[in-house]
Amino acid sequence: MIELDNMAYSYGGGELLSGVSLQLQPGAFHFLTGPSGAGKTTFLRLCYGDLTATAGSVRLFGQDVRDLTRDDLAIMRRRIGVVHQDCQFLDHLPLHENIALPLTVSGQGGNEDANLRELIQWVGLSHRARALPPELSGGERQRAALARAIIMSPDVILADEPTGNVDWEMSQRLLTLLIELNRLGKTVLIATHDLALIRAAKSQVQARVLRIANRKLQFAGADL
Amino acid sequence: MNPLRWIMSILEADTQADRVVPPTGHTVRLTLFSAAAMAFLAVFAMALSMATGRLAVRWGDELARSSTIRISAPEAQMTAQTEAALRVLSTTPGIKSARALTDEEQQALLAPWFGNGVALDALPVPQLIEVVEEGDGYDANGLRLRLQAEVPGATLDDHSQWRKPLIRAAISLRRLGTLSLLLIGGTMAAMITLAATAALAANAQVIRVLRLVGATDVYIASAFVRRFTLRALLGGVIGTVIGMVAVFLLPSAQTEGGFLTGLGFQGWQWVWPLAIPPLGAVVAYFATRAAAMRTLRGLR
Repeated sequence: MIELDNMAYSYGGGELLSGVSLQLQPGAFHFLTGPSGAGKTTFLRLCYGDLTATAGSVRLFGQDVRDLTRDDLAIMRRRIGVVHQDCQFLDHLPLHENIALPLTVSGQGGNEDANLRELIQWVGLSHRARALPPELSGGERQRAALARAIIMSPDVILADEPTGNVDWEMSQRLLTLLIELNRLGKTVLIATHDLALIRAAKSQVQARVLRIANRKLQFAGADL
Repeated sequence: MNPLRWIMSILEADTQADRVVPPTGHTVRLTLFSAAAMAFLAVFAMALSMATGRLAVRWGDELARSSTIRISAPEAQMTAQTEAALRVLSTTPGIKSARALTDEEQQALLAPWFGNGVALDALPVPQLIEVVEEGDGYDANGLRLRLQAEVPGATLDDHSQWRKPLIRAAISLRRLGTLSLLLIGGTMAAMITLAATAALAANAQVIRVLRLVGATDVYIASAFVRRFTLRALLGGVIGTVIGMVAVFLLPSAQTEGGFLTGLGFQGWQWVWPLAIPPLGAVVAYFATRAAAMRTLRGLR
């Protein structure tokens, strides 16, 4: 689904990532760890074509990102649900319209669709459906971002510190949601520095742990 | 795209797409005001262009069909020379009619300078003969030679000396009006481009979110384009209506004459200004689309 082949990424004269190779297979569950500033967010952005590799290649669903037009890439992104660390929303739209945004931009519309209501209920935000994003708590925003990321039933879910702004209980609820999605066949890649979260997940799902250190992507072992 | 379908796609409310861009901002007022002001000026430029066009046609058509012969002779010979000139004219091909102006008509011509009731007998006023052409007109050089030979006191004035520069001036004014319309359109495009660019910059986060969830450039651009096009259309309607009312209320200078005579629209010409709002909307559409696509191409 997402293949990185000897990929490197440089910015401002310095190399942030080097010689990175990885294949995200359908139904796989990965964690991506590493110290702050190691390049986890950059890695995720490369995975959905928000950044372009400076060397090597990134292939999304079999197509090299460099060969995609801007519109091709936009359409390709509909197959990749992204949960950002800072959970960007359109602040002038109520929550339910923000969650339905991927449907809206892809011409599938229908804010009142039953699936949308069901999804909002599934992430526990039914009572906040008409609230504006600035009125939401950190945990609510994280769940809303997750709901938006999966409303198009994407093949891959990329989450950048999805539990970064929430308490332990809420992080467990979010993790449970992601594990449930993985059981439905979705490929999940979560960037996090929360090792406790990884340990909690490994007891419920067969997860592979990757680590970025010294610009390289490594497979983490039993030290977690 | 079919023009009708294109217009409908602009006018049809795509509420979902329109809502993704925040509805407020100073660019709303800026675009409305710019479009209204430009439309108002465009109405006047169009009125100027049409008035000068009419002037050129009138001078070209009416005055080109007539000439004047001036008889300057001692009083005792005036009648004889006038009759001789009329005889020459009656046998000249291309002349439809020729007649000597009456004393009353000559008095009327002098009235603006000397007032009414001027005594022609007391002034050395030449006799004027009005000549009306037909067909391709007459041979002016041939007629001058014949008059020189047979009517020594006659001078032919075919109006060409002062008609041509006037027509040239009228045509230049018309070109100026057309150029003004083009400049107004260009200025409007520039203003709307600036407003659209400012709106796009102010909504950078909105654009980031839209791209994150898979919106294409065309989708994002169209939300801005539709909004700016409709604002330009509304502003254009407001400016055009005010401009048309102002032109309608312009004081008439028919009796006083001069250039201002008839400045404005006549008859079916009142339909022309109605084209300004849709044309403004077309300008806004392309200006916003170009600005939006250029800005979006700068983002990954």
